[in-house]
Amino acid sequence: MATEIHAVRRDTAASATGRPAMPGLLALAVLLLVLIAAPYVLYPVFVMKVLCFALFACAFNLLIGFAGLLSFGHAAFFGGAAYITAHTVKVWGLPPELGILLGTAFSATLGLAFGALAIRRQGIYFAMITLALSQMVFFMALQLKFTGGEDGIQAVPRGHLFGVIDLSQSMSMYYTVLAVFLFGFVVIWRTVHSPFGQVLKAIRENEPRAISLGYRTDHYKLMAFVLSAALAGLAGGTKAIVFQLATLTDVQWQMSGAVVLMTLLGGIGTLFGPVVGAALVVTLENYLAASNLPVPVVIGVIFVACVLLFRRGIVGEIAARFGEKRP
Amino acid sequence: MIARLLAGAALAALAVGSAQAQQGKISGDVVKIGVLNDRSGLYADLGGEGSAVAVRMAVEEVGGKILGKPIEVVSADHQNKPDIGSNLSREWIDRDGVDVIVDVPNSGVALAVQEVTREKKKIFLMQGPATSRLTGDACSPTGFHWAYDTRALAVGTGQAIVKEGGKSWFFLTADYAFGHQLETDTAAQVKKAGGTVVGAVRAPLNTADFSSFLLQAQSSGAQVIGLANAGGDTITSIKQASEFGLTQSGQQKLAGLLIFLSDVHALGLQVAQDLVLTTGFYWDMDDEKRAWSEKYKAKTGKMPTMVQAGSYSSVKHYLKAIEAAGTDDGPTVAAKMKEMPVNDMFAKNGKILPNGRMVHDMYLARVKKPSESKGPWDYYEIIRTIPGDEAFATLAESGCKLPG
Amino acid sequence: MSTIFGIPPQALFGQLLLGLINGSFYALLSLGLAVIFGMLNVINFAHGALYMLGAFVAWLLLTTAGVGYWWALLLAPLVVGAFGVLLEKTLLSRLYKLDHLYGLLLTFGLALIVEGIFRHFYGVSGQPYPIPDLLRGGQNLGFMFLPNYRGWVVVASLVVCLATWYAIERTKLGAYLRAATENPVLVQAFGINVPLMITATYGFGVALAGLAGVLAAPIYQVSPLMGSNLIIVVFAVVVIGGMGSILGAVLTGYGLGLLEGLTKVFYPEASNIVVFVIMAVVLLIKPAGLFGRER
Repeated sequence: MATEIHAVRRDTAASATGRPAMPGLLALAVLLLVLIAAPYVLYPVFVMKVLCFALFACAFNLLIGFAGLLSFGHAAFFGGAAYITAHTVKVWGLPPELGILLGTAFSATLGLAFGALAIRRQGIYFAMITLALSQMVFFMALQLKFTGGEDGIQAVPRGHLFGVIDLSQSMSMYYTVLAVFLFGFVVIWRTVHSPFGQVLKAIRENEPRAISLGYRTDHYKLMAFVLSAALAGLAGGTKAIVFQLATLTDVQWQMSGAVVLMTLLGGIGTLFGPVVGAALVVTLENYLAASNLPVPVVIGVIFVACVLLFRRGIVGEIAARFGEKRP
Repeated sequence: MIARLLAGAALAALAVGSAQAQQGKISGDVVKIGVLNDRSGLYADLGGEGSAVAVRMAVEEVGGKILGKPIEVVSADHQNKPDIGSNLSREWIDRDGVDVIVDVPNSGVALAVQEVTREKKKIFLMQGPATSRLTGDACSPTGFHWAYDTRALAVGTGQAIVKEGGKSWFFLTADYAFGHQLETDTAAQVKKAGGTVVGAVRAPLNTADFSSFLLQAQSSGAQVIGLANAGGDTITSIKQASEFGLTQSGQQKLAGLLIFLSDVHALGLQVAQDLVLTTGFYWDMDDEKRAWSEKYKAKTGKMPTMVQAGSYSSVKHYLKAIEAAGTDDGPTVAAKMKEMPVNDMFAKNGKILPNGRMVHDMYLARVKKPSESKGPWDYYEIIRTIPGDEAFATLAESGCKLPG
Repeated sequence: MSTIFGIPPQALFGQLLLGLINGSFYALLSLGLAVIFGMLNVINFAHGALYMLGAFVAWLLLTTAGVGYWWALLLAPLVVGAFGVLLEKTLLSRLYKLDHLYGLLLTFGLALIVEGIFRHFYGVSGQPYPIPDLLRGGQNLGFMFLPNYRGWVVVASLVVCLATWYAIERTKLGAYLRAATENPVLVQAFGINVPLMITATYGFGVALAGLAGVLAAPIYQVSPLMGSNLIIVVFAVVVIGGMGSILGAVLTGYGLGLLEGLTKVFYPEASNIVVFVIMAVVLLIKPAGLFGRER
């Protein structure tokens, strides 16, 4: 089955293969500067939201962009971790860093279970299985006692990071979120450029060949799935602390759709694409909420346009142009 | 580097703080009222744009200005999602300088907004939400609960139906803060009056098909099926109960625990006739209410629900308190509001308890038969006035612990 | 009164009957999905939105033109089918050469658009659609009161599912269709217009969704969100039945509806989850689904 999705990824992912290329490092430096200065210009809570979703999208992209697996159920990891973090911090009185850690661990475990089931099938089947499994988590969040049903878990205290930094100050919260984001981003960067990441790409390009080379591909796919789930959980747990609540919105399948859109819009298989995509989508939602335009329609139109017209995404298109000019 | 930036941030925060202190009476030189409610969903008819219209009517009556500064009204849709409600109110207060948030139906969302307004020390005038927790364990020094609450509904409807002989109850409950509290409060009143509760089933918000829940209620054998839900959910469950012939056998009857005028309007008198309900407001009770309601109807084409009328009343009282206090600072205005009695077309000699509960008379009503109704919107017959002190919990009973 | 497993028979049979009614909708929708998947290899994420569209077309026909239920039962599927043909011709057909996942993503975007538009204009609370006069009232079956209309839904969906199965498995046209699914190039070489067949199949599949929408309108409120929550369950049904299997989709649809009803009797809290648990178990034992073949 000759498919273009692979071809697209191959050239856009060019900058992401091998050692971190110069433009990549340069982009990272610019991104860092922008993010450090951002809360002085923009509403900090808004930038924190962007960062949480950017990390979520990057985690998702690890799976689709570098292992070729489209998960339509990542909301389960994002929202699941949010619930665990919110509960452990609010009810058990744990410090925020431990709550986030537990949320992340929960998502990793959940990822192991879901991954083990889902990687038995490929392509569309994989997408639908992850979707159905995540819907199961949604219904559990709706019905279990500790999740608070429609109300969610509210009034989660932000607490003190490591017992000293008061997170109720919006600037210290912001730089904490930035640190979490950078940590996640670097983990993904390292993973993609590691031997492990190379094997993932080999599987994405041609799984039978990878198998014949002696790689236990299921093993690799499962590990990628768990890592992606854990990082999505990290993003979800952090979001729960920032907004001081965990609700059904985070586990709904629409959330899984949103992260697909962010990644698609920014550029599947590019390192910075998901960040750009997340920033755009969150900005758009914020901006449109104030206007009278129906948000889902606009989002849907962008989705369709992405699929039909520019499947490489914004960063992917730029990278492709840039790549052609280079000798 | 980061340390320096943090220091800079602290300086910036200080600068903002002192700037606010210098500005004096009205923050931002405008009093901004934010009407936050469900504008597109199952509670849109009972609050929605109607609440915003009622608030604007209150603003127009004082000439659109207070202490020489203009009053602005903004509104938004929280879509019944606590996270959207919480984020919106945070942004309104932080970025747009909103001074007071009004309405917020859906107890789950209201609880979330209460957290934000408590933290930011802003006034919160609740009309739509029902849970008595808002002036109980989740009370706030700047939160005011106005039109009704679950305890008042339970006292009114719950007791009345037990007295009529409906001794054993089964609850069909909306599965969130409001439903749980309404079920708890009503069950307490039923037991107090000598009835029993045989069971309950929880249905998600905005359920499309209640048939399997109704079947459970039916096989429970209870005399009364208490509908601890609201708005669209109540309408759907009453309709489907009649589709499944639940009430035709004559052994079981439905008790709508929270029914708004807009629900009766949507159901029609044919279906809704003889329902007993508790309300904080009915347009056709005296001349003052009629006059205001006709004015409201001229703008919206509908008669107001208690939520919409309450929105008007609370904003009127809020503006009076600003006038009296000479500032729009949240805690100061809140204290002033609690000092003054509430006297307007909505409530006579209403008083506000320290936990923010506005205590006023409630009314037990029966929905008229089609033959009794004289015309459009002539829906209720008031059968009893429930004195405020009986309807609402005292401060001690509420379980509210305010500092100081 | 006697009990079965400690449960009063009214509750048991009542919930089973309700399960059968739900199963009728699962079966109709998963049938449409299976037909489309078999021919196009696309999972039609917009299926739920098109089901909603069917209900709204019926509602709009009634409120704006006074066209009643029985005409709507014919007209709404035609409108939805025509809309589907348009979508396939203009959008979906551009993606056949790409990974099938793009089809999934495209239809997901389409679902957002269609639902968003109706949500914008009609809110989420739903519009009432009256039960047609002919089917008002109900039968007292002793163990439960069966509204006539719900009985009609079960009958109608059974008839449609059987007819579709017959048409595909037992007629000449169905034979072409199955052949084209197996090997489109070869069938094209025999002089059969495969692209036309693909378009027609998509149109027919979504028309089934539209029909289900009309059937649902008098039971549920006509609401923009009525499809989006149902569709995920239907996806699970299709995975359990085995994708592309017509008979599998129909049988699993009814079966899971019944099973859900049974769960509501014994352990109501799990009734929303049971379908997904079964899916997980089936995947462990038979990754291709109950009626599916490994491809």
